[in-house]
Amino acid sequence: MHNPLRSEADAFRWVVVIGLGAVSVIGLTLLTRPVFGVVWAALLIGFGVGVAYRSSRGSLPRSVELTKGGDGRRRLLVVANETVGGEALLEEIRNRGRGGDSEVMVVTPALAASRAAHWASDVDEAIELARQRMELSLIEIERLGLKAKGEIGDSDPNVAIEDALRVFPADEIVISTHPPDRSRWLEHEVVERARDEIDLPVTHVVVDLVAEGVTKN
Amino acid sequence: MESATVTLGGHAHEEEHHGPPEANQSSRIDRQTLGILLFIVSEVMLFGAFFASYFFLRVVVDPPSWPPHPYELPVAVAGVNTAILVSSSFTIHYALESIRRGNRQGLKLGLVLTWLLGATFLFIQVNEYVHIGFSARDLAFGSIFYGLTGLHGAHVFVGLMLLSFATIRAFRGHFGPAAKDHLGVEVPGIYWHFVDVMWIIVYTTVYIL
Repeated sequence: MHNPLRSEADAFRWVVVIGLGAVSVIGLTLLTRPVFGVVWAALLIGFGVGVAYRSSRGSLPRSVELTKGGDGRRRLLVVANETVGGEALLEEIRNRGRGGDSEVMVVTPALAASRAAHWASDVDEAIELARQRMELSLIEIERLGLKAKGEIGDSDPNVAIEDALRVFPADEIVISTHPPDRSRWLEHEVVERARDEIDLPVTHVVVDLVAEGVTKN
Repeated sequence: MESATVTLGGHAHEEEHHGPPEANQSSRIDRQTLGILLFIVSEVMLFGAFFASYFFLRVVVDPPSWPPHPYELPVAVAGVNTAILVSSSFTIHYALESIRRGNRQGLKLGLVLTWLLGATFLFIQVNEYVHIGFSARDLAFGSIFYGLTGLHGAHVFVGLMLLSFATIRAFRGHFGPAAKDHLGVEVPGIYWHFVDVMWIIVYTTVYIL
């Protein structure tokens, strides 16, 4: 879902629509009886709520603003949560970092344990777990001989990517997920959305932690 | 490890960052617009409380006539006032459309017209209070009438203050066509539309229904 009221222009449209609705209610009330106006107003409100709900469904088409590097260094943005320490991901980073001055930024979205915890902003534990995983992965990446830094990101991976790109002039993005049958990110089309919204190469790496024998946090 | 910055939970490393954690920037809407939208949500709740009182009076108490005899509401004058306020939504929108196209004169004209329309609305409402013939102490009807319309009038007053700042800044050449360069008009514009919508609802429910 997206916010149907994002700008003054959106607000103005609502004023016009509500104003027209009010004119019809006022006209009906003055021409007939107040009870008809009340019924008509209730119908319009119900219809309006339905239209607002329908118009707020889905994501808006958009493009992400990129930061420019310009110093010749190759920068890789890695987005991963539970799979951040996976062998397949480290192998991909190693391949990307070969033969040149490279820098890696790891973004680990902090995912709350449940939707209720997310809405209640009960994310302290999720942030701590994400931080632990991220720091371990940074150690692994530095062992590969690459400069690395990390950040805990928004629970929405696409928002986390957008945030990171504001401060990190990445040349390429690597998104790491669980296999399709276990990945919520793939279910929510995180990779497809990133490819649609960002004008950078996006590589998808599947990390099977079960097969790798890595114990989750 | 070069750095491990935590933006959500404030675990930034001591050697890199002192003081409070940096603000989380995870939002697809700029902070100013998000702020005014959240403020409007709280305002809707405030108005909702007043409307709850109003409908309790109308539906549960159910007086034999509305407005109670012998009081009368100036429906026609308030209707003209409504048209004036709704017109101001068009002029503020014109102001913003103008600056989006780089037309600074249009911005200034739109803002001045909006301010004048808003001030006219407020003047007529005060004039209505003076001549309406009952006060907030006259039955629950008087209390809720003055409560709702007065609450809205206070919002118009605040909106006029915001518009005053925006107008002064517009005449000083502060705003530009880029979205980030006219947030100082965009945010009061959103608030002004909210004030208009609330009046449409107040007028329809209190004066008409």
